[in-house]
Amino acid sequence: MNLDTHARNDWCPGCGNFAILNAVKAVLTELPEEGTPLENVIIFSGIGQHAKIADYLNVNSFYSLHGRAIPPAEGAKLANPNLKVIVFSGDGDSYGEGIEHLIFAAKRNIDITVIVHDNRVYALTTGQYTPTSPFGFKGRSTPEGTQERPINPMELMLASGATYIARGYSGNIPLLKKIIKEAISHKGFSLVEVLQVCVTFNNLYDYYNKHVYELKDHDPSSYEEALKRIREWDYNSEAPISLGLYYKKEMPTFDDSFADKGTGVLGRESRIKALLKNYL
Amino acid sequence: MNSFSVLIGGSAGYGIDRSSLILAHILNQLGYRLYIYRDYPSLIRGGHTFSIIRAAKERINAHSNKVDFLLALNQDTFDSHAEKLNDKAIVLFDPDSVKAEGLDVPITKIIREEKAAEITRNTCIIGAFCKAAGIGWEILEKEIKANMPKETEINLKVARRGYDAVKELVKIDSLPQPALPILSGNEALSLGLIKGGLKTYVGYPMTPSSTILHFMAEAADEFSLKVVQPESEIGVILMALGFSYAGEKVAVGTSGGGFCLMTEGVSFSGMAELPLVIIVGQRTGPSTGLPTYTGQTELHFVLNAGQGEFPRFMVAPGDPEEAYYWATFALNLAWKYQIPSFILTDKTMAEGGFNFDINSIQDIEEEPPLLWDRKQPYKRYQVTETGVSPLALVPDKDAVIKINSYEHDEAGITIENEKITAMMQEKRQLKGPALAKELDQYETVKVYGKKSAPTAILCWGSNKGVCVELSDKLGLKVIYPLVLSPFPVKQFQKALKGVKKLISVENNATGQLIKLIKMHGFEVDEKIFKYDGRPFALDELEERLKRVLK
Repeated sequence: MNLDTHARNDWCPGCGNFAILNAVKAVLTELPEEGTPLENVIIFSGIGQHAKIADYLNVNSFYSLHGRAIPPAEGAKLANPNLKVIVFSGDGDSYGEGIEHLIFAAKRNIDITVIVHDNRVYALTTGQYTPTSPFGFKGRSTPEGTQERPINPMELMLASGATYIARGYSGNIPLLKKIIKEAISHKGFSLVEVLQVCVTFNNLYDYYNKHVYELKDHDPSSYEEALKRIREWDYNSEAPISLGLYYKKEMPTFDDSFADKGTGVLGRESRIKALLKNYL
Repeated sequence: MNSFSVLIGGSAGYGIDRSSLILAHILNQLGYRLYIYRDYPSLIRGGHTFSIIRAAKERINAHSNKVDFLLALNQDTFDSHAEKLNDKAIVLFDPDSVKAEGLDVPITKIIREEKAAEITRNTCIIGAFCKAAGIGWEILEKEIKANMPKETEINLKVARRGYDAVKELVKIDSLPQPALPILSGNEALSLGLIKGGLKTYVGYPMTPSSTILHFMAEAADEFSLKVVQPESEIGVILMALGFSYAGEKVAVGTSGGGFCLMTEGVSFSGMAELPLVIIVGQRTGPSTGLPTYTGQTELHFVLNAGQGEFPRFMVAPGDPEEAYYWATFALNLAWKYQIPSFILTDKTMAEGGFNFDINSIQDIEEEPPLLWDRKQPYKRYQVTETGVSPLALVPDKDAVIKINSYEHDEAGITIENEKITAMMQEKRQLKGPALAKELDQYETVKVYGKKSAPTAILCWGSNKGVCVELSDKLGLKVIYPLVLSPFPVKQFQKALKGVKKLISVENNATGQLIKLIKMHGFEVDEKIFKYDGRPFALDELEERLKRVLK
């Protein structure tokens, strides 16, 4: 299966986005034999380095606006529940400018997957702080260091109603692949937060390699346990950084409520005329 | 009586809106043609709300400030509208709550004796009105039963007591013509979209477009519609673009403030060539302005909204039949040319009550979009002679369908190459002339009144009704461009033939249509603007026209 396009890849050598691209390719390759034809897959992306993935994958894609990858993904899913909808987004994208859409998509538990390339810096615009940059982050707009503390996006997602929450790392492709695959097959809103390293503006490989570990003996069905593990690291302080699945719950999805009413578009004029009798 | 008006007013929460509809339906049963002007403040309880129901033998789409019946449910109603009373006007009021001169209706006493809810005051006064106007009880009884499915019995009782409490003072004769449905402009527009094959409506509540959202939600089962209310107008338009990508005919509706948030999505629709219908209901601006009042101030905003250059369609219907027909048309054009397609209305049009004659509307069918013929490998943005690329819809096993907000090549892959950039800009622009050429086959600039008159009124949108009615009376011509983008220059030029004096009538302070025609080399001679949030009343515009006609 050739998943490449004629687009030239413009990511920096060593960019963490390659890990996500490769993990996704591996997942997509397995989808058809598991019953999802590739034409049923649509990928959505925002604007930022992450978003170029839409150009690099030879599947249906919707290269949206900054912060706006999620609403059109929801629209497509509501239009056709058979579509497999995967959103790629950045931390600036979905934790910043488009945060409302992220929260509401989780609140609706709509059956889509959002993969956030969280490099904790605006890279495409050459290095400014983002919602997950640590306090004191020195970027081009904050040469003295940002005076804002980061948000913990996973805690936000848990509170908002996401029914699948996991964290991966661009330094661990096998785990990333496993999580992405699980997230896509989860029925409901799934968030995959990826600690994706920007080698040019925020190279955290050494830091992450020292701090990350994979979750073990964690019960993902427990909200309280998930919250505890999610709060272990606040994206700011020195702490162990866990990776893996935090929370998973089966709940009715928003798209379920949009089943076709079966009345179709045929004969609408006569039905309109019948309806007008109520207005006499 | 050639035409007459009934004004009913009270506090918000008194059921004025429904009362005005019942009054209109009563007159409708008698064979009158109707127009309802609704005036209400942006609050839930209290304040002063009123409606003017104007009735005539012929179709009318305008209200008058000359009132023949005043139904005052509170003191404000009498105080604010006493000056509108005609010589022989009949005032009905409750002496226990309103100080006025006219016909006493002991409403407070009646509802106490009947132990009826406060809100039945309006039913009581309608009962009294019917008797005073010589309207048979059976007509009122029928309308109460039809319009008040809850608490029907008590309403009938209270209405009957009101009916019996007064004498017949005049006799409104019935006319030998059948009743016509009474719809708001938004209802007619919604039905037009449904007729055109709409599958999805996405909206965030905002006056005066919320009633489209409500109507669609109510009609969802009957017409198999998906209706979604997302988190914001940004969410609305982007979600709609997702539906559009998946091949569903979709529309969104808002007002100026919400449309501000939508503009990035408008530009995206233009760039990505995603078909979309956008309804903008104008109200009084700037900013929050007067949320429940009217204006015509968004013409240039909507014409120019969104960064970059791309063709768009824009129509401003002036009556419910036009709203119905052009809503279908707008949906067709959006899909035929893969462009954003705008329907510009305003509070007057959106929430006014009108008769609606579906049989008078020219036939229009849903048109299928240009689909991929499957002969060559699929390219979403294939360059063609008309600029329109054939559509494939997800999922299609033979096509990878790539949508892009960046400049892109024919396959939808991001590019920055200058040659491809220029080629794609030209491709999108090509659709403009193609659209203009098609529209030339339709009547996009209408002419009314005395067509040979040297003096013409120039108006657009909801001012059509008041201008057309006055033109008949004053012997003027009316020139009314219905399509505003692409501007129908040739038809406009033709309409101007023989006109020596052109008088512009607009609900704004700067003359937005004047500016638009000026871009095409046309000028007006006189300007009549109104920007107090209220539409022109007949008598008011007549007086202002006479001033400039001297």
